[in-house]
Amino acid sequence: MQILTDQHEGKTVLRLKEERLDAHNSGDLRDAILKLLEAGTSHLVIDLTDVRFIDSSGLGALLSGYKNASLRSGTFVLAGLQPRVQSMFELTRLHRVFDIYPNVEDALSKA
Amino acid sequence: MSAQSVIQLEIVVPNETRYLSLIGNLAEVVAKTLENYTGDREALAYHLNLVLTEAMANAIEHSPPSNNGPMMRVCIYIEGKDLHILVYDQGRGFDLESIPAPDFEALNERGRGIFLIRSLMDDVSYRKTECGNVLEMHKKLG
Repeated sequence: MQILTDQHEGKTVLRLKEERLDAHNSGDLRDAILKLLEAGTSHLVIDLTDVRFIDSSGLGALLSGYKNASLRSGTFVLAGLQPRVQSMFELTRLHRVFDIYPNVEDALSKA
Repeated sequence: MSAQSVIQLEIVVPNETRYLSLIGNLAEVVAKTLENYTGDREALAYHLNLVLTEAMANAIEHSPPSNNGPMMRVCIYIEGKDLHILVYDQGRGFDLESIPAPDFEALNERGRGIFLIRSLMDDVSYRKTECGNVLEMHKKLG
């Protein structure tokens, strides 16, 4: 999985450079997030702008990141969801769990 | 009375998650080329991609290494307004009816795949056949 990482005033932005987040690559995302948290990163913004497809394992990987960040008193927010991806969060009620922002700029200024 | 068009695809791929995108994307192409479909094609394409991805990932997971056949078989069959998707696995099988809806308050990382399939398709069944277990999903095309 290709992930670009940027720092913005104490927050780390992970841009997922993949069209699909599914059972083939969601384990890589889960591991990458956990590695960052274990290294001391505590405020994460996940940029999903390029992701046009997500399945239940992709949702699970993001939930894993959210739970692990919360355990460390960190923040874990999502940005740039395409409409179909957003609809998967709504179908599974996970839009009530995550803080979701229209884009990274909003997430950085408001999260 | 005009004859109903029939589309039948049978796909056999290695039993590996790297092929999820190939089959999922193929289902999207099928949705976008359906004749006389009046619903939201983009939504249907995404939903077929999703249910196939979920069903195949499930089949891969339920095929233990000792029984893990090297190939996986998927059938997509459309006749008129009836769409059927069948995903075969060679594992021990499971009881579909015993799988509960997810607890939306609990933040479990797993357990949403069958829920998504049930939410997006009209009928879902799982049974043993001579060719292995099969998860069959049916949708009435509007």
